[in-house]
Amino acid sequence: MAVPAVPIPAAPPAPSPLSAGDTAWVLVSAALVLLMTPGLAFFYGGLVRRKNVLSVLMQCFVVICILSVQWVVFGYSLSFGPDVKGIIGSLGWAGLRNVGAEPFPAYAATIPHSVFMIFQAMFAVITPALILGAFAERMRFSAFCLFILLWATFVYDPVAHWVWSAGGFLSRIDAGGNIGRGAADFAGGTVVHINAGIAALVAALVLGRRVGSVSPPHSLPFAVLGAGLLWFGWFGFNAGSALAANGLAANAFVATHVATAAAGLGWVLCDWIYHGKPTTLGVISGAVAGLVAVTPACGFVTPMSAIWIGLGAAVFCWLAVTLVKAKFGYDDSLDAFGVHGVGGIWGALATGLFADKAVNGVSGLFQGDAGQFGLQVKAVLITVVYSFVVSFILLKLVDWIVGVRVNEHEERVGLDLTQHKEAGYTVLE
Amino acid sequence: MKYVIAIIQPDRLDPVLDLLEKKEIHLVTVSNVMGRGRQKGISTVYRSHREAGNLLRKVKLEIAVNDAFVNATVGAILKGAYTGEIGDGKIFVLDLQECIRVRTGETGGTAIG
Repeated sequence: MAVPAVPIPAAPPAPSPLSAGDTAWVLVSAALVLLMTPGLAFFYGGLVRRKNVLSVLMQCFVVICILSVQWVVFGYSLSFGPDVKGIIGSLGWAGLRNVGAEPFPAYAATIPHSVFMIFQAMFAVITPALILGAFAERMRFSAFCLFILLWATFVYDPVAHWVWSAGGFLSRIDAGGNIGRGAADFAGGTVVHINAGIAALVAALVLGRRVGSVSPPHSLPFAVLGAGLLWFGWFGFNAGSALAANGLAANAFVATHVATAAAGLGWVLCDWIYHGKPTTLGVISGAVAGLVAVTPACGFVTPMSAIWIGLGAAVFCWLAVTLVKAKFGYDDSLDAFGVHGVGGIWGALATGLFADKAVNGVSGLFQGDAGQFGLQVKAVLITVVYSFVVSFILLKLVDWIVGVRVNEHEERVGLDLTQHKEAGYTVLE
Repeated sequence: MKYVIAIIQPDRLDPVLDLLEKKEIHLVTVSNVMGRGRQKGISTVYRSHREAGNLLRKVKLEIAVNDAFVNATVGAILKGAYTGEIGDGKIFVLDLQECIRVRTGETGGTAIG
C-alpha cells in the first residue's frame, strides 16, 4: 500500500469493536457444535437394533433441518430477544431483524451478533436431538417432527431465555447487560442437559416400553465413532461458550477434556468392579457423562476440580442406568435421562460446589458461598419441574393429534422400513 | 452320494480346509452362522444390562461327496476342528438324492467331482 507523503488531516475512524480472533474462534466453534448432532446420530444409531438405525440417523438429521429454520424465523428471538418480564424474548428479533454484523455487547462485545446467533443455533439443534435416545425405536416420525418443533418453542426457548438472556429471571446478565448474581451455567448444563434429560424421562414414561426383547446394540463401533465426534465437537460447545479466544476459553477447554477423561475412567472402573470386565460401551458412556457434567462448570472451575466432577458424573450416571432404571422399569432406550438428566443435575450442583473465584469471578460452596449453591439448586428445580410438566403436556397433545407411537406390527418390523421405506444395510448385493 | 454338514468353531476353519485339501476334497461351501449347543450360549453386558443366552458365532461347512470320500471328509473335519473344549461342534451326514452341475447339466457322481 502506498503511504501518502503528506498526512491527511482527518479524524481517525473509530476502532472496530470486533475482534478477528474471537470471531474466527466462535465461527469455528459453531461448526464444531454442529458436528455433535451427526456424532450423536452415530452414538445413538450404533446402540439401536439394525432395523432402526436409519430412523435414529434420520431423526438427528431432520432436527438440524427443522430447528435451524425455526431458530432464525422466531426461535432466536424468543430465546435471546428483548426481554418480556424475565420470562421470554419478544418477537422483536424475529426473522433476524436487528441481528447482523454489529455486536450485541450484552452477549458478546467483540463478535458480530449474527455469529453469536448461529453459535446458539447449534445448541438449539442438539438439545432436542438428545431426547430421542429415550423414545428410540418406537416413535412415529410425524409425531417426532411435531414434538421437536413444539418442544423447542415451548421448552427450550423459554428456558434458554431464563438462564442466558439479558434480563432472564435466572440469568447472570440483567436487562441492562450488566453481569450480576445468577445461576452459573457456562455452556448449558441446565438449559441443554437437564432440560433434555427430564423431557427424555417423560417421553420414556409416556411412550411406554418397547415390545419384545430388546436386543444388544447392533454396532458398538458406530457408537464409539459417535462418542469420539461428540468429544471433539464438545470443545466448541464448552470452550466456544467463552465467546472469545481467551484464557477463559482455554480453561473451559482443559476442564472439559480432563473431566471427560476422568469420567470415562470412572465408568470403566465401575463396570470392572461390578461386572468383572471393563466394557467399551462403559468407557464411551462415561466420557459422554463427563462431557455433560462439566458443561455448566467448565468456565467456573479449575481443571483439578473438573476431575472430581468427571468422576462424580461417572458414578452417579452409572448408578442411574444400573440400579435406578432397573428398579423403576422405565424404558429409556439409550439412557438419555440416565446420562443427560442425571449428569446435568450433578454438573449444575457441582458448579455451585467447585466454582473458583479466580477462574471467572464466581465462588462456590467450597469457597464459602452458599448463596451461589442455592442459586444452582433453584435453577435445577425450576428447570426440572418446568421441563417435566410442559414436555408431558406436549407429548399428550402430539399423541392426540397424530399418535406418538407406531403400532406393534410397525415396531416389530422396524422403523426404517415402516417410517422411511428404506433399509440401513443390505444382506445380498 | 452323501451331504456332509459340519458346524465348527470359527477359528478352526483354516485347519479343516487344509486337511480337506490334502485329501483332495475341494468342493466346500462355508457360511457364518449363529447357534448354541449344550453350553447354552453366552451372556453379554451392555450398560449393566445383562443379555443372557446370546447365540455363539459358528462356521458351517457343507460338502457334497461320493461315498468313497465320506470317511476322508469326516476324518479331516474331526481332526481339524478338534480342541477338546465344549463347543467344538457337530457333523451331520445325510443321504444325497441328486446333484446337477449347472454349467454342463451333468448329474450324479460325475457332477460332484
